[in-house]
This record gives sequence, C-alpha cells and structure tokens, in this order.
Amino acid sequence: MDAHEFWAALKGRGLNFFSGVPDSTFQNAYNFMVEDPDIRYVPAVREDVALGIASATYFTGGLGGVIMQNSGVGNLVNPLTSFNLMYRIPAVLIVGWRGYGGPPNDAPEHWIMGAKTPEFFELMEVPYEILGPDDLEAALDRLLINIRGRSVPGALLVRSGVIT
Amino acid sequence: MIARYQAIERILSHIQSNDLVVSTTGMISRELFSLDDRPGNFYMIGSMGLASAMGLGLAIQAPHQRIFVLEGDGSALMSLGTLPLIASEGPPNLVHVILDNEVYESTGGQASISSRFDLDQTATSAGYPWTRRVDGIEELESALMEATNASHLSLILVKVGIAPVEGIPRVTHTPEEIRDRFKTAVQP
Repeated sequence: MDAHEFWAALKGRGLNFFSGVPDSTFQNAYNFMVEDPDIRYVPAVREDVALGIASATYFTGGLGGVIMQNSGVGNLVNPLTSFNLMYRIPAVLIVGWRGYGGPPNDAPEHWIMGAKTPEFFELMEVPYEILGPDDLEAALDRLLINIRGRSVPGALLVRSGVIT
Repeated sequence: MIARYQAIERILSHIQSNDLVVSTTGMISRELFSLDDRPGNFYMIGSMGLASAMGLGLAIQAPHQRIFVLEGDGSALMSLGTLPLIASEGPPNLVHVILDNEVYESTGGQASISSRFDLDQTATSAGYPWTRRVDGIEELESALMEATNASHLSLILVKVGIAPVEGIPRVTHTPEEIRDRFKTAVQP
C-alpha cells in the first residue's frame, strides 16, 4: 500500500492526532503525515513522552497515535504499566519493526528487539497486529476493536517495504 | 522558604473551575488531593516524569482551557527533554510549575541534583518565553498573577522546603475514577 492509502485508512477511522519519533521503516509515510494538514503531529523527544502526549487525546473524546521504531518499545514499559494500562487509557502505536526475523536482516542493534517485539507486547498484554501488504483495513479494524473494547493501547507492527 | 503544601494551596487559589491540573506522582498529588479534590485534577499516581508530556498534549488539544502541570524537581529532571519540546510547541494556555525541594521527598528525602542545577535557567535556555524563580509566598503570588493573566507559555520554579505533612492520605479514587472524572472536566 502507499502512504496515501495508509493515512486515509487511519484518518477515516478518526485518527488525526499523532506524536512520535521517526523510523526509516515508514520514512515516506512519515514525511507524508507531517505535510498532511488534516493531521496534528507533535515531534516528541522519546517514545514515552510521545505516548503521554498522545494519551491526552482520549480525554478530548478521540484516540491518539504514536509513531515509533521498535527499538523504543523499552521506553514504553513505565508509561504502559503505571499509566495507560493502569488507568485504561487507549492509544494506537504504529511501530516500525526493525530487525524482523533476526540476523542477518537489518543492523546488529535491531536483532534482539527485532526477535522480541511481538513477545514484548504479549508480555504487556497489549494487543497488536502485524500489518501485511493487503490487509490494512481488516488489521486496523481488528486492532481498534481490541483497543476500544479493552480501553488499552494497541500496536500495529509495520515491516520494511509494507508501506511504500 | 515556603512549605510545598502552602505553595500548592496558593496555586489552587489561582485555579478557576474549568482549569485542568496534571500533578506528578508521590506527595504532590497527595497534597493536591487533600487540599482540593476536584474532577479537573489528574493525579498521575505512577509514571514519574510523564505529567508534563500529558499536560502538553492537553494544552494543544483543549486550547480553551488553562492547564497547570505540577511536578517536582525529580520529575522535571527525569524528563528534561520535554522542556524544549514544550517550548517548541509553545502552548499559551500552559502554566508549568516545578516545586523544587531538592530532594526525592516521596521516597524518603534522598538528595536530587537540583541544588546544583538551575531548572529555571534550563527552561529559559529551552525556549520558554517567560520563567520565574520564586522563594517566598509574595513572589509566588505575583508570579501566579502574571502567569495566569498572560497569553504565553510560562514556567514557575518554586523553591520549597522539606515539610512532610503528617498523615497525608493517598489518593483514594481508583485510577479509572480519576480518569472518568477528569474526562468530564476536559472540554475540547
């Protein structure tokens, strides 16, 4: 899918406030979002800060989003365990999945987290979907049902090349 | 030097009914709760360092309400990178208050590094258009008057004493109650 399709699907589901830290997995989609007048984006300094900012959207009746690379999921442990999962404040995490499949894919710093990323979200009991090239609408709908049903954050894992 | 409890009491006297307050984990939330438990208070009872990020998100998305962030020196130091982020967004409806007692009082009074580090100057360097460092109650009063009448982002660093309030209760609401009450107070 292309970046236009990706953001149209998110905006069509009411998501228009994002904060985050960029990732090369969706470099083009990131640039597309920053230019989109229908999206308010706050460039954060860390992933936990991005989640704190995006969580405020819940209180205005919406659902906020976080853009990040999976190397930053470690920074989410504290806000997830003692903020979002405790208060049950939902958000959508769009996570670039670096190091997918482990070595020799990607750079060494991505190998361990690349292998552990789904397990991390399972451990945190945070629902997630792995985005395929052709199932954007269905994956998003499944994820949003989980997020809204349990009132918790949920993650969309995006591998390299899936969004062009 | 002011006791933190008195400083929070004075800050509360400048807070109007539709203003929102995000308070950091530990004693600051407990003191706010015992002084004036209002739906517009979000007691961030965990996630140290995250109150200013949530305050920024609220300030952007509820632009017609004034947002107060109440945090300590330990919390501000933990999320120092949020200072230039807040400054770069520059929400005019945000009043950022750091209650600086130079210790981690909630965990037993261990020293922080803020006695050797100027958080107000850091905020100025980070790009806050208006900052004040106050040591006494009269200075706090005039800083609050200025900040609440201004139409720009502001930061007040209040040097406070270490004066634990005996028998201070924990926040008795459940996290979901805090969330739901606060949601009714937010008017996007």
